[in-house]
Amino acid sequence: MAKTHVTATVNGEPAEFLCEAHETLLDVLRDELGLTGSKEGCSSGDCGACSVTIDGRLVCSCLVLASEAEGHAIETIEGMARGEQLHPLQRHFLQEGALQCGFCTPGLLVAAKSLIEHHPDPTETEARYWLAGNLCRCTGYDKVIKAVLGAAAEMRGAAPAAATDEARVS
Amino acid sequence: MNHVSDPKKLKVVGTRPVRPDGADKVTGRATFGADMRMPGMLTGAVKRSPHAHARILSIDTSKAAALPGVKAVVTAADFPNIPSEEAFVGEGPMNFRDLSRNCMARDKVLYEGHAVAAVAATSPAIAARAVELIAVEYEVLPHVIDVEDAMADGAPLLHDDVFTAGVEPK
Repeated sequence: MAKTHVTATVNGEPAEFLCEAHETLLDVLRDELGLTGSKEGCSSGDCGACSVTIDGRLVCSCLVLASEAEGHAIETIEGMARGEQLHPLQRHFLQEGALQCGFCTPGLLVAAKSLIEHHPDPTETEARYWLAGNLCRCTGYDKVIKAVLGAAAEMRGAAPAAATDEARVS
Repeated sequence: MNHVSDPKKLKVVGTRPVRPDGADKVTGRATFGADMRMPGMLTGAVKRSPHAHARILSIDTSKAAALPGVKAVVTAADFPNIPSEEAFVGEGPMNFRDLSRNCMARDKVLYEGHAVAAVAATSPAIAARAVELIAVEYEVLPHVIDVEDAMADGAPLLHDDVFTAGVEPK
């Protein structure tokens, strides 16, 4: 069966690829487009490691068929930093030590960014429930939540950014 | 136990360094095992037993081997028949025969999920399809999953050289 030709926008750049009918958006991001930041943790939409946004909507890319991306704007972890400038969420994750092995981290960051875009001033409970779809085996979530709430506060202008040299992408 | 009498001598303990792999992990640049890509890379898949205890009567790999993209299909027939030999390999004695059987079942499967065959193919989808095409004929044998059932008279035995009456070896 012939492959489907898909045109979409990925992290603000036009993207074009061929995909089989059964391929997921996660497969294509990782194998066709070389964007291996999104991870395959479960293939069943339970762990959130594959989280991306489609037209601003948070989804599990392992549950989206690659052909469904046609005409849509996909944002992945690779689009969060602006060149060398880390997103406040990324900086706060580093400062709080909100990651260990780092496998769930891209998914958590994409989901947290989506949270803040929809709810700029989340309570701790709101943040925990929003991120309930992103499983982490290492951190126990506490530092993650602290980082998310801290980044949300900074993005609201509630606290000044402390840009240290270590927090820059080298 | 060492006691540091002058805390000013500590240069790292008590500080909060940003972890050195942190920037790569929060940007999605960190390469995990599954993110690795090499030209000409093959993907492996394993055919596993659905039975807890069964004799392997036959394995037909012909359809799998004929599938385009499949580069190798292996069963126990492709490996040497390691004889029973005990050795201390670390924390206690192991039998090389059992270690090799655990890699690939020979004659009998000893647990649900026991590997009976494996394939290498040019894509994960082809490897998964090839595994489906491997036909294994089993003679299902009784099994126990409770230690008291396992100790009962007439309980099924996995190996014909376990001693069941006292500690004198056969």
